[in-house]
Amino acid sequence: MNSATASEVRKTQLLTLVVIASNVVGNVSLSHGMRQVGKIVSASPLDYARAFANPWTVAGVLVLALWMITDLALLSRADLSFVLPVTASAYVLIALAGHFLLHERISAQRWVAIVVITLGVVLAEETPPRTTEGPPEQLL
Amino acid sequence: MRWILVGIIALCNTVGDVLNTAGMKRQGEAELNPRAVAHMVARIFRNPLVLAGLGALAVAFIALLSLLSISNVSFAVPATAISYLLETLLAKYVLKEKVTWRRWGAASLVAFGVLMLSW
Repeated sequence: MNSATASEVRKTQLLTLVVIASNVVGNVSLSHGMRQVGKIVSASPLDYARAFANPWTVAGVLVLALWMITDLALLSRADLSFVLPVTASAYVLIALAGHFLLHERISAQRWVAIVVITLGVVLAEETPPRTTEGPPEQLL
Repeated sequence: MRWILVGIIALCNTVGDVLNTAGMKRQGEAELNPRAVAHMVARIFRNPLVLAGLGALAVAFIALLSLLSISNVSFAVPATAISYLLETLLAKYVLKEKVTWRRWGAASLVAFGVLMLSW
């Protein structure tokens, strides 16, 4: 196991939280914006450009760009097999945000799915974030 | 056609994430101050592994859009679920991560939960 100091572990935890939060805020904001814009079934790029006149859409895209950068930063510090299940908590939070903020209905089946994913997240969080030392030189 | 697209999405997602992880590990652990983050982003543009990884994710995204245009969302979900298991497998054998039973359990629960979300 890695002999990471407490402050390094803190940084990884903080990055994990930012990755999850930006995924949720970005997707919910984009979803809200696109719903205001309405259906786009068109081959014209102009119709898609119209979507960017909506502040929720723009905010969503910007926050998702932040998500991409922080996700890469997290992958520089933690295992892929740790990051994948832990950041899946975004599914749970997006479903809950859809329910409470955008008033989407959640069926009994979906509530069970939410519990199952949460169990997976908790299980992964019990493992150390990084189990490798140095760069994976064996690749390419 | 649908299943070919599902395969392309799962494969490109997996390859993209594995390449990104390998590339970012080579770059070294990211620091969190604004200057270090700007430096990290600048280095990504000279990091062939991450550029290839982002390219693979872009292909997966385009394939997803094509799939969504010919079928409903529930058809896209198996691709995501497969990706979780495939990526865990490659994390173990390509990235040499220590994938314990807890991590396999976590990946399986998440994959199963994601499938359930779409039923």
